[in-house]
Amino acid sequence: MRMNVMCVVGVVGLAVSVAAGQEKPVAFVNARILTMAGDGIGEIEKGTVVVWNGRVVAAGDATVKLPDDAEVVDCTGKWIMPGLVDTHSHIGGMGGLGGADGSSPIQPEVRIYDSLTVEDSGFKRALAGGLTTLNIMPGSGHLLSGQTAYLKLRNGRTIEDRFIKAEDGWVMGGMKMANGTNSLREAPFPGTRGKSASLIREQYVKAQEYQAKKAKPSTDPDKAMARDLAMEGLGEVLTGRRIVQHHTHRADDIMTVLRFAKEFKARTVLHHVSEAWKVADEIAAADTGWGPKGIKGTPVSAIVIDTPGGKLEAAELTWETGKILEKAGVTVAFHTDDWITDSRLFFRSAALSVRAGMSRAGALRALTISGAKMLDLEGRVGSLEQGKDADLIILSGDPLSVYTKVEQTWVEGTKVFDRSDAKDRLYAVGGLGAGQLQRPYMCCEDNARFTFGGRQWEAAR
Amino acid sequence: MSMNTSDIGGQRWVVAAFLAAVGAMALPAWAQLAIKAKTVHTMGPAGKISDGVIVIRDGKIVAVGPAASTAIPDGFKVLSAEVATPGLVDARSTVGVSGIYNQRHDSDQLERSSPIQPELRAMDAYNPLEPLVAFVRSLGVTTVNTGNAPGELVSGQTIIVKTTGNTVEEALVKNPGAVVATLDPSAEKDGAKSPGTRGKMVSMLREQFIKAQEYETKWQRYRDKAGQPTTEGKDAPAAPERNLRLEMLVAVLKGETPMMITADRAHDIDAALRLAAEFKFKLILDSGAEAFMRTEQIKAAGVPVVALAPMSRSFGDRENATFELAAILIKAGIPMAIQSGYEAYVPKTRVVLLEAAIAAANGLTFEQALASITIEPAKILGIEARVGSLEAGKDGDVAMYDGDPFEYTSRCVGVVINGKVVSEKPR
Repeated sequence: MRMNVMCVVGVVGLAVSVAAGQEKPVAFVNARILTMAGDGIGEIEKGTVVVWNGRVVAAGDATVKLPDDAEVVDCTGKWIMPGLVDTHSHIGGMGGLGGADGSSPIQPEVRIYDSLTVEDSGFKRALAGGLTTLNIMPGSGHLLSGQTAYLKLRNGRTIEDRFIKAEDGWVMGGMKMANGTNSLREAPFPGTRGKSASLIREQYVKAQEYQAKKAKPSTDPDKAMARDLAMEGLGEVLTGRRIVQHHTHRADDIMTVLRFAKEFKARTVLHHVSEAWKVADEIAAADTGWGPKGIKGTPVSAIVIDTPGGKLEAAELTWETGKILEKAGVTVAFHTDDWITDSRLFFRSAALSVRAGMSRAGALRALTISGAKMLDLEGRVGSLEQGKDADLIILSGDPLSVYTKVEQTWVEGTKVFDRSDAKDRLYAVGGLGAGQLQRPYMCCEDNARFTFGGRQWEAAR
Repeated sequence: MSMNTSDIGGQRWVVAAFLAAVGAMALPAWAQLAIKAKTVHTMGPAGKISDGVIVIRDGKIVAVGPAASTAIPDGFKVLSAEVATPGLVDARSTVGVSGIYNQRHDSDQLERSSPIQPELRAMDAYNPLEPLVAFVRSLGVTTVNTGNAPGELVSGQTIIVKTTGNTVEEALVKNPGAVVATLDPSAEKDGAKSPGTRGKMVSMLREQFIKAQEYETKWQRYRDKAGQPTTEGKDAPAAPERNLRLEMLVAVLKGETPMMITADRAHDIDAALRLAAEFKFKLILDSGAEAFMRTEQIKAAGVPVVALAPMSRSFGDRENATFELAAILIKAGIPMAIQSGYEAYVPKTRVVLLEAAIAAANGLTFEQALASITIEPAKILGIEARVGSLEAGKDGDVAMYDGDPFEYTSRCVGVVINGKVVSEKPR
C-alpha cells in the first residue's frame, strides 16, 4: 500500500485515537534502542518506538505512553536502530547501470534514475542488510558521470515511487564525479591527471558563465537562451542544491578535489578515499561549505574492504581510516559501493573500523546520521527522533556482531523486509533464485572485458 | 662419553654429540616457545582446552594440554592470549602469485597462451615477499594452497607454502598442491579458438587424459625393458621423449596429485564428477556454488569440496550462491573447507578467517567453522601430518586472538609459524 506522507505539524498527542481510514500506530516495545539522537549513540536500554503515518512519534524509555489502538510489536531481546543510509551504491540498474556513456568524460545532464528499476533484486539485498536510504550513483569511469538518485526503499511499482523529493518537488540527488585512475582512458577521455583537472575547471567556468547569463535574461524573445541540460545540472551544484559526491583515492587526488570544491564553492563529499588517512588534517581544515551543518571541514564517505590493493591507488587502504579521520574531527560515513561490497553486510564496515580503533558511536553514526547529512537528508532520516521518517530495523543482537541478523526492515512505518518470510529470507541468505534480476556493476578494469566471478564480462561504465 | 681414538664409529658419535650441543646453543631463545591461552581450540582429539598451554620445541609442538598438567620447560619464551587456534589453512588462493598492485608485473596467476598447461608450476611464480602474504598472515593464516587461478581449462599447479620465509624453498610444505582446472565459461574462448563451449572443454580434457594414459603405458614398457639384462648384440632400450604436460597428468591419473576442478553450476559439477569417475583421479571440487543441488552425488563419489568464499559476489555462475552452503555440505556429510579464492579486482585477496566467520553466522557451529579453515583443508590437501591441529608432533603454527576469532571486533594478536613469532601487531 502506497504511503502518503503527510507533514506533521507540532507535537502529535499520543492518546489521540486514529480516525477511520488512517493507519494505526505501531509501537515497538521492550527493545534496546540506538536512536543516534544528539552526538552519540542515544542508547536506551529498554524502550519504545511509536510510529504513525510514516513518522516517528516517539522514541524513548519504557515510560513512553502507547496509543490505545497501537499495534504492538514486542521486541524483547532485540535491538532497534534507524534504517541504514548507504551514501554510495550501484545496484538497481538491472541489465546494466546506465549513467554517462563513452561519448564524453563529462555528462552532467545524465540522470541515473532513468536507468533504474524497482525489480532489480539488489534492492531486496539492500533491505535484507537493513538499508532504507540509498544514494545510487553512476560509475567512476568518467570525470563526471551524471546525476545520482537519493532513494528510499519503499514498496513501489516504479522508481518514481522511491524518489525523495524536496519541499518544492525537486527530485533529490547528487552529482557523481571521479578523479584518479578510473577516469583516465582513451580519447575523448583524459589521459593524465592534469588534463582531467583542466577539463573539470573548464566545465565549472562554463557553468558559472551560463548562470550569470541566465540571471540577466534578454528582453528580446529571439535572443532567449536555449536550455542546456548539462549546464543546468552543474548550475544546481553551483547554487549549492546538488552536492558533488566525488570518488577519489590517492592523497594528492583528494587534495585536487578539495582545491576545486573551494575554488568553485561546490559542496563536496569525498568518497572511498583509500589515502585520506594521509591527509586527515587537511580534510578537516578544508572549508567546502559544510560549516552550517556543524561539519568540520569536508565530510568523507569511506569504503572498508577486507584487504588493500587491487589497484595502485588503493594499495595503502587501511581499516584505520575511520579511526584516523575521526581523531582529526572529520565527519565519517561508510558505504557499500555495492557490488564492490555486499549490501547485506553493511555492518561489517562499522565493525572492522571499530576493530581498528574507531569509536563505536562514530562507527554506528557512520552507517546512519552521518551519511544522512552528506545527502542533505538529516532532517528526515538517520536517527529515531520525533517527526523523522519511521525508517527502522529490528536486529537480533548487537549490530557489530557477526552473528547478528537483520530481522525486520521498516520504511516510513511499513514493514518492507521480514527475515521470517521465506521469500525475503532467500535474498538475505542466497540460494536458488536469489541472484536473478540483477546484474553486477563494477568499475573499473583496465580492459573492457574482464574475468570476474567465474566468467568474462563487458565492463559496465 | 669416553673417547676411544681407535674406534672410528665412536669418534663420529662424539663429533655428532658435540655438534648437536653447539647447534642447540645456536638456536635463538624464542624458537623454544610456549603459548598460554584461556581457550585453546586444538582441533584435535584433545578438543577445546580451558587454560591451555602449547609447548613448541625446535619448531614442532611437543605438548598441548591444560596448564595445570603441562609443564613449560625453563628458558622458554611464554606468550599469552585469550584464544589460541591452529594456524589457519587456506585451501585455495592465488596470494603471492597475484599481487597487491594488480598490474602485469605482479599478476602471474593466469597464463593464456594455451588452454591446457598442467606443467606450469606455482613454485616458479610464487613471491613469498608479496605484501598480501604478510597481510593474510597477520590475521592468522599460516598455510596456503596458492598458485594458478581459474580461467583456463587447466591453468597449472598450486603449491602449498607457509606464509613466511624469504624464498619459496624456505616456505615450502608441498609441491605441487594440486593441478587446477576450470569447467565453467570463464575458460571459454571466442571465435575459432578452443575450447568455445562446455562440451568442448570436457572432450579436450578427456583427450589429454587418454594421451597421458598412453604416455604412461609407453614409459612403463620402457622401464620394464630397461630393468631387464641386455642381450648380446642388442642396444639398451632408448627412453621415450619426456613431455612435462603429460607427466603431470600421469601424476594426476595415478592419484599422486589431486586435481581441483573449479565448477559452480550444478551441471558443471556433474561434468567434474563424470570425469573423475571415468579416469579415477583424486578430484577436489573447487568453489561449488550450486553444490547444494548435488549433495547426494558429491557424497556418493566421496569428493571433498573446497567451498567458495561466502562473501564472493553472487552473480553469473554464482548467482544462486548461498551463505549456508558450508552448513548444507556438512549436514550431508561431505568433507569441506572454505577458501579465499581468486578476485580479479578488489579485494585483491580474501581472508579465510573473515570468510569462515560468515559461514559461522549462517548455520555452522563454531567448531565446524574453525575446522573448515584448519584441520579439514589440511586433510583434503594431504598435509594433516604437519598442520591443521595443535597436537604433539605437528608444526608449531599457532594463531592467537583477543576474543572469538570470528567476531568482527576481535583481533589477531600474534601468529607463530614453525615455532617462530611471525606477526605481533594486533589486527
